Amino acid sequence: MGRHNFFYFAREGAYNMFSHGFMSFAAIGITVACLLIMGTFTLVAVNANAMLAELESQNQVLAFVELGMTEVEARAVEKDILAVDNVAGATFISDKEAAAAFRGRYEDDELFQGLPDENFPHRFAIDLKDIGRMSQTKADLEALPEIGPGNVNAYEDEAAGFITIRNVAGIVCVVLIAVLFLVSVFIIANTIKLTTFDRRDEIAIMKMVGATNGFIRWPFVYEGFLLGLFSAVIGFFLQWGLYEAVARSVATNDTINLISVVPFETMWEYVAVIFAGAGMLIGVGGSLSAIRKFLQV
Amino acid sequence: MIRLTDVVKEYPNGTHALNGLSMEIQDGEFVFMVGPSGSGKSTVIKLLIGEIEPSAGRVMVNGFSLQNIREWQIPHMRRTVGVIFQDFRLIDHKTVYDNMVFAMRAVGSGPREIKKRIPYCLNLVGLENKSRRLPSELSGGEQQRVAIARALLNNPSTIIADEPTGNLDPARSLEIMRLLERINALGTTVLVVTHEKDLVNRFDKRVVMLERGRVVSDGKGWYGRR
Repeated sequence: MGRHNFFYFAREGAYNMFSHGFMSFAAIGITVACLLIMGTFTLVAVNANAMLAELESQNQVLAFVELGMTEVEARAVEKDILAVDNVAGATFISDKEAAAAFRGRYEDDELFQGLPDENFPHRFAIDLKDIGRMSQTKADLEALPEIGPGNVNAYEDEAAGFITIRNVAGIVCVVLIAVLFLVSVFIIANTIKLTTFDRRDEIAIMKMVGATNGFIRWPFVYEGFLLGLFSAVIGFFLQWGLYEAVARSVATNDTINLISVVPFETMWEYVAVIFAGAGMLIGVGGSLSAIRKFLQV
Repeated sequence: MIRLTDVVKEYPNGTHALNGLSMEIQDGEFVFMVGPSGSGKSTVIKLLIGEIEPSAGRVMVNGFSLQNIREWQIPHMRRTVGVIFQDFRLIDHKTVYDNMVFAMRAVGSGPREIKKRIPYCLNLVGLENKSRRLPSELSGGEQQRVAIARALLNNPSTIIADEPTGNLDPARSLEIMRLLERINALGTTVLVVTHEKDLVNRFDKRVVMLERGRVVSDGKGWYGRR
């Protein structure tokens, strides 16, 4: 494509867009709405994922070493634990620390205050890399001679719950994004179809004098590209504003302020790139599908 | 050169528009094609500009064989043929000059080429002073001259005119025919489809008459000998 052709196509594309101002406005409006819904769902999913990851990290496995082992002997087990597949880290908790924590939990109940420290085995709080493999890791830990069967506490039901929530949220998000993407493509395609219909005489003249399909197609592709880009830019800033407003109200609300919201500043680049990519893809996809039938002259 | 050999065209609705039509137009010739409605004139034009394909037979236009032409070659074939229609087909919101620019841009011509070629073609049709006018500010005859100038922009070897005088009064019609004759004198092959007998008889040119998709007469004058 020559330089003068590039500018010609870009100018014609912009002209097409502005000469059908109302339709372009409608297409941009609806695409912005679709991008906002897609973006909101994705950001909700990102936040849910972050919260789940945090909860997952709190879902530790407790491995008790054999009762009667000295603290030095117990600490030596750490390297065997770390060697087990799927173990991300292990924190040693001595019998004294465990007893103190226990007493602290029941400080109003005298019955538990007199328990000797020796009754509490040394233990490790173990973080897993993937809680989906909790059962296997539990079995591997129980296979260690210093720990033994039945000495690992793992909350497998909770872990399975987290995984189910994450999977369902992921599927809902993907389906919704796909549907909204197709809706946006359809709307942009219809807008461009109106533009092409309005310019069908010009297209016929171009065909008549020997213009190639590519030459005829480019201005419409630029138009779709511009519509998508405008939608992406507007959608991005609206999304930012909306997200900040929701984050502020979550932070100031007494009931839900425990929910930690991922700051927009940490992910704005990703959101911008995804919005720009989706917008341009919707625009160019829509224009290509619209122009196809008008080229069969 | 244009050559149609035993061309048959059957439309999807079953209409037989051409029934074994054969004719040949040599480079530099001026030919009128006449015939009643439904005789196949429009089908011949559509075939010659690659808008439709023949059902059978061979169509050759300026070295392009149209029955097995590839899609990407069609624009290149069309650049060798300038087409003029009864309804002028100018873009209303563009000036005469911009209509010409539009046609040249469409085939990828650069600014330098455009600046050189458009004044030449407008001068050829006598409209060099009206390049800034909109089509609506021109008479029918002038609009048709703009269409002729546009058809000449890509320096085609053939001009095909489909009822070019259908919307014009007799004086303007004669003017347009004289202009086409002058273009022919410069070496361009001209094929004019018309049904205006008086106009055709004013020119001592070859006349091909179609009837039911076949050539029924071919020679000088309205009822030329085959």
